[in-house]
Amino acid sequence: MSLAARGLQHWFGDGEARKQALFDLDLDIHAGELTVLMGASGSGKTTLLTLVGCLRGVQQGSVSLLGQELLGAPEPLLVQMRRRLGFIFQAHNLHESLTALQNVRLGLAVHGGRADAQWEPAAVHLLGLLGLGDRLHYLPSKLSGGQKQRVAIARALVGNPLVVFADEPTAALDRESALQVVHLLKALARERGTTVLMVTHDSKVIELADRILTLEQGRLIGDRRAGPAV
Amino acid sequence: MTAFVGGTLRLGSRLGKALGAGLERLLGRLPIGWLQLSHNTTRLVAAMGGVAFASLLVLMQLGFQGALLGSIALPYRALDAQLLVSASDMNTLADASPVARVRLLQAASVPGVLSVTPVQLGRLDWRQVDGTLRALDVLGFEPSATPLHPQSIRRQQGVLALADTVLIDSRTRNIDTAALLAATPASPLRLEMRGRSLQVAGHFAIGGGFGADGYMLASDQTFLRLFPSRSAGAPNLGLVTLEPGADAQAVAFAMRARWGDAADVKVRTLDAAIADDRRFQSTQRPVGLIFGFGIVIGVLVGVVIVYQVLASDVADHLKEYATLKAVGYPPRFFLGIVFEEAVILGLLGFVPGLLASLALYSAVAAKTGLPMEMTAARAGVVLLGTVAMCALSGALATRRLARANPADLF
Repeated sequence: MSLAARGLQHWFGDGEARKQALFDLDLDIHAGELTVLMGASGSGKTTLLTLVGCLRGVQQGSVSLLGQELLGAPEPLLVQMRRRLGFIFQAHNLHESLTALQNVRLGLAVHGGRADAQWEPAAVHLLGLLGLGDRLHYLPSKLSGGQKQRVAIARALVGNPLVVFADEPTAALDRESALQVVHLLKALARERGTTVLMVTHDSKVIELADRILTLEQGRLIGDRRAGPAV
Repeated sequence: MTAFVGGTLRLGSRLGKALGAGLERLLGRLPIGWLQLSHNTTRLVAAMGGVAFASLLVLMQLGFQGALLGSIALPYRALDAQLLVSASDMNTLADASPVARVRLLQAASVPGVLSVTPVQLGRLDWRQVDGTLRALDVLGFEPSATPLHPQSIRRQQGVLALADTVLIDSRTRNIDTAALLAATPASPLRLEMRGRSLQVAGHFAIGGGFGADGYMLASDQTFLRLFPSRSAGAPNLGLVTLEPGADAQAVAFAMRARWGDAADVKVRTLDAAIADDRRFQSTQRPVGLIFGFGIVIGVLVGVVIVYQVLASDVADHLKEYATLKAVGYPPRFFLGIVFEEAVILGLLGFVPGLLASLALYSAVAAKTGLPMEMTAARAGVVLLGTVAMCALSGALATRRLARANPADLF
């Protein structure tokens, strides 16, 4: 089990403005699976992603990520944990002054000197897999929206993360690129045992998921296995 | 023109890449700060201009302050004495009150003293052909005495024994220098001051300061004719020459003992007198305070400009920084980027500021005759100060990094 939540609750605001976003949520995410998280806007998907992704402190309940309890975890520990994770955001957030290759390098450099010293072959390989082998030295301003998103995906994956959190990663991609990215994530899950938790509304992506979770108003209302057997 | 611009850009690009590669080796990581700065050329040039302007302001103020301090020392350095006896209220040469001659006689009787030469000091205006006035500080002394160092003065000072004959500083500001340089005892330059006809029989070189435009030497008799209210019995200074081997401090101590409780007179070494004069003019006179204030303003301008540049740069990259925070980069990594930018701006902005100040020093020195000199120490101090100023701005700008919250990215 790479990720487990028990009785997870979360609030925003104080006093009269205090509002509960998650209600008593129980969850188990298995290694080697591509899990899709669905739900309407405001259902708590993002809150859940930020909590299990160590981007926000857990207020109540328990979250165990890669064997580490996150309730009460200090900020330095959360930072350490995040280095073992991969994040793909809806916006690419690439450094405009860095080339595609340099942006991907930033995904490795966080692991320290040795990883950074051997960064180039891994980054070149991954960009090649994502169809950007001939765009290595392009600045983001010279890349299309889809190409930028693929660079961001390469940045998230180059450090071989144990868990990948993705928020609408294919929103900016055409059908072919979107499928290419999801196949890559799925291959990572299968071959390396990587856990992938992805928020998406893209039906072509949902079709490829191993498991689909549905949130509604902060509660988990659906948990089903996907694919032909379901 | 197009080819020239293209060539410049290509050269700039090559230099930028070389600088980037050098920084990468130095930092052991991607030089993100430099890459961000050089990516936005307009902002980089504007920031460099701001830092250059701040450096220029500080260098000019230091130049003026240096000229003030340097010009204060010029007349003291021309005096041939080890100790200076003056009224106790003397702050500068120009405001030295008269001293009773008996005090100088008492000083001369102290063991170790070879001679005490009385010197009269006064200021008068020299009207030029165009009607403008030049202020001259006048030193009056017995022509047989040798109160001044420069050999050029000693060779000529015999002529001062002639009535109403003077020597004038050839570095006096805005005068007909050619006419002064042509003046000789045989063919003196004739002029009128305070209703008296004077003959300028020669010249010497000291240089004006912030008070007077230059200097004039006269015999004590000529001096008293120019300043009839003054008395031979009350000169302004006593220049003390010591016997070989005498200890200046010990002699000064003995003089104070000889004077007893008298509070009307003091004795100092020339270096102490220069230091006192400099301290007084730097901290008590408006001109010195203005230069000090100007330095502070220059630093503040630099801090504000660099802060604005770095703060907007941080604001423009908040999402990128938040993304890197999300993947586990610690706060010191981002501080490193901002400080990298600050130091680069400091170094790049200082160079044009220094070059501009060298040109302005030269122009101001030519126009005013002030000793505007750029020293390596001053340039080094301002370089360090500029980098420190940029680092301070960087430290202020890093507060905005706290707004880069990775949780907001989803």
